[in-house]
Amino acid sequence: MNGVGRKIVLALAAPVIAVVFSLALSSIVLLISGSDPLAAYWDMIANGGRLETIVDMLNRATPLYLSGLAAAIGFRMNLFNIGVEGQYILAAFAAAVVGANVILPGVFHVALIIIVAMLVGAIWSGLAGWLKVARGINEVISTIMLNFIAITGIIAWLAVEMRDGPLTPNSGTKFIPESGQLPDLNGWVEVFTREISGGRKLSAVLLLAIAAGILFHLFLNRTRLGFDLRASGYNPFAARAGGVPADRMVVLAMVYGGAMAGLVGMVDILSRHHRYDADFTPGLGFAGIAVALLGRNHAVGVAVGAMFFAFMDVSSPILQITGSATREIVTIMQGIILLSAVVAYESVSRYRLREEARAAAAALAEDRTVS
Amino acid sequence: MVNAIELIGISKRFPGVVANDDVSLTVEAGEIHAICGENGAGKSTLMKILYGMQPADEGRMIVNGDEVHFKSPSDAIAKGIGMVHQHFMLADQLTVLENVILGSEPMQSLGRIDFEEAHRHLAEVSEAYGLTVHPDDFVETLEVGERQRVEIIKVLYRGAQILIMDEPTAVLVPQEVEELFRNLRGLRDAGSTILFIDHKLEEVLAIADTITVLRAGRTVATVKPEDVTAADLAELMIGSELPTPETSQSTVTDEVAVSVRGVTVLDEDGRPIVDDISFDVHRGEILGIAGVEGNGQAELIEALVGTQGVDHGSIEIKGLDVADQSVRKRREAGLAYVPQDRQREGLLFGSPLWENTALGHQTLPPFAKGIWFDRTGARERTEEIRRDFDVRTPNIEVAAHALSGGNQQKLIVGREMSSEPELFIAAHPTRGIDVGAQGAVWEDLRQARTAGMATVLVSADLEELIGLSDTIVVMLRGRIVARLDPKTVTPRDLGSYMTGATVAESKP
Repeated sequence: MNGVGRKIVLALAAPVIAVVFSLALSSIVLLISGSDPLAAYWDMIANGGRLETIVDMLNRATPLYLSGLAAAIGFRMNLFNIGVEGQYILAAFAAAVVGANVILPGVFHVALIIIVAMLVGAIWSGLAGWLKVARGINEVISTIMLNFIAITGIIAWLAVEMRDGPLTPNSGTKFIPESGQLPDLNGWVEVFTREISGGRKLSAVLLLAIAAGILFHLFLNRTRLGFDLRASGYNPFAARAGGVPADRMVVLAMVYGGAMAGLVGMVDILSRHHRYDADFTPGLGFAGIAVALLGRNHAVGVAVGAMFFAFMDVSSPILQITGSATREIVTIMQGIILLSAVVAYESVSRYRLREEARAAAAALAEDRTVS
Repeated sequence: MVNAIELIGISKRFPGVVANDDVSLTVEAGEIHAICGENGAGKSTLMKILYGMQPADEGRMIVNGDEVHFKSPSDAIAKGIGMVHQHFMLADQLTVLENVILGSEPMQSLGRIDFEEAHRHLAEVSEAYGLTVHPDDFVETLEVGERQRVEIIKVLYRGAQILIMDEPTAVLVPQEVEELFRNLRGLRDAGSTILFIDHKLEEVLAIADTITVLRAGRTVATVKPEDVTAADLAELMIGSELPTPETSQSTVTDEVAVSVRGVTVLDEDGRPIVDDISFDVHRGEILGIAGVEGNGQAELIEALVGTQGVDHGSIEIKGLDVADQSVRKRREAGLAYVPQDRQREGLLFGSPLWENTALGHQTLPPFAKGIWFDRTGARERTEEIRRDFDVRTPNIEVAAHALSGGNQQKLIVGREMSSEPELFIAAHPTRGIDVGAQGAVWEDLRQARTAGMATVLVSADLEELIGLSDTIVVMLRGRIVARLDPKTVTPRDLGSYMTGATVAESKP
């Protein structure tokens, strides 16, 4: 049908425009920096097809996705929660400390660590929500400040207090015992492929992330509470007149976002380092904002955005090795595609709105001539 | 003599609304020309076009004989047009002189302001037009009327020969209005042309040399004040050939559905905006609330709906006091609400129609199934509303903003009525929508009444109030000052109660 075909074209228009435009722009940047764009792209694609790269990519995409979802919950309600960074680091730290100091049967141990992380994330984020509702403090300000308090305050202090063994460049908290470590998914993958080499392990947190994505989608689009949340985001005045408790929605959105943020650090804690140490991955919270923007705050879109950012991240070392471009170019390309995507989506959605208004007006006019 | 302003065939459309439709207007040099019409008749839009704040979609503008195309207010100022805004744009912490010269300061070398020159010019202007101000007073110390004079001088200082005044009397007390009128006559005698926007008929008749009436975006008449009465003007403004909003025989029952007792809402300073309001609404009754805007009707409605806290008093829906309850609890108890500003409070603009029909009713079937949002139920209900309330739309998947204003309103009225409420609150339900949709909304309100809902109707359209209501109460300064029978009252009587010119002999 024409209508359906049109819908598909419109849905695909934005990503296609964004990709084409950003490829063009990136090529110019590469040319200016004296590299051969085609060679660089080819290196990235060839490397991206390797099994080990894909495992790296998934391990990187998993926390990016969770972080993107955490930011997206707030964005859906027009809350600019930029505190995911502090929330997930604080949550991971607390979870690592608690996890290392208990002994429980496997499933419960892992579950406890996850629950502690979600709780701490939720509380830290909920604090910003409470400040907004009770004191009228803008969440941008409060989450930035809470980031500082969490990272350069609480953790900088406690990481020294709680360290296990002497203070070394790579000291960390006590290791979590084996019952609190998550098995990897290598066995499952290797059923279909060759053996994964280089000691790489595909983190099982991936499954958690997929579940979180499905829950995120169901919650927002299929539940009453999700409807309330979206309504407050679209039009807070109409939502209020429609009986949606505005203040409660703010706190809830922050709490849910914080709980989601709590999961971001789980790849490091449950699958990789099994403790909080100097190698803990920072910056995922801020990257998550970009991923959420790229994915239009939609469960599937954010997944695509996370995969894309992860692909770019794991491609940067290969450019260095083959020498086809400097690795910093990857960061520039990430920025370019983000901007292109935001502009392309906005343009297409405006076009779509105009088209819809025209169609409705046409329907009305037809109606008039008939009657 | 060349006309000061000629507007020919001006049209301006906004999504869903035609603000100006082929408006033509001729203003002679040196006259006070009043533009009057109801709220939403297109007065302000027309003035914004003339002042260069918005471009017209169609039409020509001729100022002092030259055709003009203003891109911004500076173009208009360059042609000698100045605007005195309804809301003053003055900096409180600066002096009168500083406010007057702000943005067009006479300069000396080295970027210094030439205050002597400014003083001289200001003195010249105030003498020429007979407007006295004290240049060195701080604006924060001035009375409202004086501030307005500063605004006028600001415009004259920039060399304006044509002044646009947007409802200048709205903020003034009667003595200040007289003072303003004296000043305006002085300005006219000194050669200025004044365009005066107002909807208070007595004032228009008192000050204007010529009156142009706008209705629904069109010019309906240009008259001389000596040829018309206030009643004639009212008829021109409201129109008499419109479908009449009359109800048939009474459906009022003895059963009290809603009982409001002593409801009081205080503003930030602790003064009552809604002052000790009590009334009952029976099943099958429409209670009309009349009042000049800003006399507490909006706040009363918000207090009933729950978006505004109630400081004292009780609101009982079917015997259940909801005065302390949330909006959601009240809605679940059987309250439905058609808000005054449908775009701001009534719709999720970017969402499909079936999500819009759920808004406000999402906790109850057919929109809710346990914790889940029932998409199938919502779509079915929306199709019903589309059919029963004649919402013209290609399908129910389009976003709400794609509909025309009238159809948006039909969707909202349909949504609220199909929840079969006990208390149905409609605030200005036909404001700014086309005549066809207006008729449909009136029919819907009659249906609500027949179906036994208790309806509270607030409207600025007096014919609508008189035609639909079973009882009318008049609000003035937050209080109910009269309770009237719509069968015997005329718009004119109602108007005098609303302005406080007549004091009710029988207080409710």
